[in-house]
Amino acid sequence: MSHEVDAALTHLAREDSGRVLALLTRRFRDLDLADEAVQDAMAKAAERWPIDGVPDSPPAWLMTAARNRAIDLLRRRSARDRAAAALRDLPPDDEPDIDMSPIDLDDAPDERLRLLLLCCHPALGTDAQVALTLRLVAGITTDEIAAAYLVPTPTVAARITRAKKKIRVAGIPMSMPDELGPRLGGVLRTIYLMFNEGYLSRSGRQGPARVDLCDEAIRLCEIVLTLRPDDPEPLGLRALMGYVHARRDTRFADGRLVTLDQQDRTRWHHAEIVEANRAITAAMQTHQPGPFQFEALIAAHHANAPDADSVDWPGIVALYDQYVVLDPSPVVHLNRAAALGQADGPQAGYAAVTSIDGLDDYHLYWATRADFAARTGRDDDAHASYDRAVELTNNEAERAHLERRRAELAGPRSD
Amino acid sequence: MQYMIFHYSDESAHSDIEPGTPEFGEMMGKWMALNQSLIEAGQFVGGASLVDSTSATMLTKAADGGESVTDGPYADTKEQIGGFYIVDVPDLDAALEIARRIPIPVGRFEIRPVAFNPQTDL
Repeated sequence: MSHEVDAALTHLAREDSGRVLALLTRRFRDLDLADEAVQDAMAKAAERWPIDGVPDSPPAWLMTAARNRAIDLLRRRSARDRAAAALRDLPPDDEPDIDMSPIDLDDAPDERLRLLLLCCHPALGTDAQVALTLRLVAGITTDEIAAAYLVPTPTVAARITRAKKKIRVAGIPMSMPDELGPRLGGVLRTIYLMFNEGYLSRSGRQGPARVDLCDEAIRLCEIVLTLRPDDPEPLGLRALMGYVHARRDTRFADGRLVTLDQQDRTRWHHAEIVEANRAITAAMQTHQPGPFQFEALIAAHHANAPDADSVDWPGIVALYDQYVVLDPSPVVHLNRAAALGQADGPQAGYAAVTSIDGLDDYHLYWATRADFAARTGRDDDAHASYDRAVELTNNEAERAHLERRRAELAGPRSD
Repeated sequence: MQYMIFHYSDESAHSDIEPGTPEFGEMMGKWMALNQSLIEAGQFVGGASLVDSTSATMLTKAADGGESVTDGPYADTKEQIGGFYIVDVPDLDAALEIARRIPIPVGRFEIRPVAFNPQTDL
């Protein structure tokens, strides 16, 4: 297959299939049918385009092909039902009344947001939400999702099948809720989960063909922003992911984790940092603070500091002081404690960390505690905390990093 | 589409509200208002509130054909099923909206699609 056709097909899957699927689902009120029709039309494109060439408007081609396929599937289903009825001597149903009119691609531009809200409906499990969103909205194949998450393809396929079944059986609608806020929050959390998965698994990447979950999460956030350009939290999330992703080339060296203070800032993607600055500035203008905006503002301090020594730690602590009021969860308290340790010294950091309850199973709690313990001469605590952190992490590079830190501790274990 | 909404809550939380008191009247008023609005909207299929779980009797049929009758509900949890609604609404979001309106401030509401209802499906 030529490179041009290949690129056009990938673009079609990633940029257009979600919109076509959303419009078809709305027309026929049947997600399974719409999905099957889009998949079949995509397969047809892969078969025909290398011979016929790429059409003038690939999305319009896909819309027409998928709609025709959906009508075809509906007719077959009806014929099958009628045959079954005839066998049982039942009166046949009427010919189905299938809406054959064309579907305008530009009709209902928020259709993709409806689809995204459906995929992230809180009645679906988190894993199901992520898999459905990647597959249906982002146009990523089941194989690609499985490779990105390092799980077998049948696992992802089963997850998607179960989720689609729940949507059908429980009657989860593709609609726009009157109060979008809480539901949009769920969408953003799913996107961020996807981003974090990509961020953490980066060290284990094999081969250039693997779908990058960070890129996909940013792209999904952009879709939300196209439809809700002035909502502060999507802007905050976009900025946050921008700042973090801008550091991607410096986070690992020879498979080893490089901590923020050791990273080569000249190799950060500065244009992306500028873009993130623009997003968070726009969010701030709404005067509606939210968790992603706080996370982004904190990340902005790091991203915009010329070197590690000039990071404004007291400024970061001040942000956390406001953030914990909004979200008093132990994880936010932990991050505040880590910043406090930088601003006021390891004694203050250690005191703050040890006053937090509820994070016994969180590896970063133990890693942070170990660091402050080591720096304040509490070697036993440091050893025990590194042990616990190593035990709890499931990322190889992170584990290696923690084991190195543990080995660097002065003196042998006292126990 | 029909959904059954089971509501579970801590029975001791409102056991001190005696019939005849203004608090009782207010509480009943909220339930009656919900019922009335569901009936008027054509969404009410059925429903009932139950006597508290100390009145429950459990019949258990075992795989070997044996059975036992015991006192009390199945699980010894603080939250007990207090009643249910069957509503007819277009989708899950509409059923969730009704569950939110049930005048129990703290509790759990299990929402299940009805597979077959002989009262309305025959």
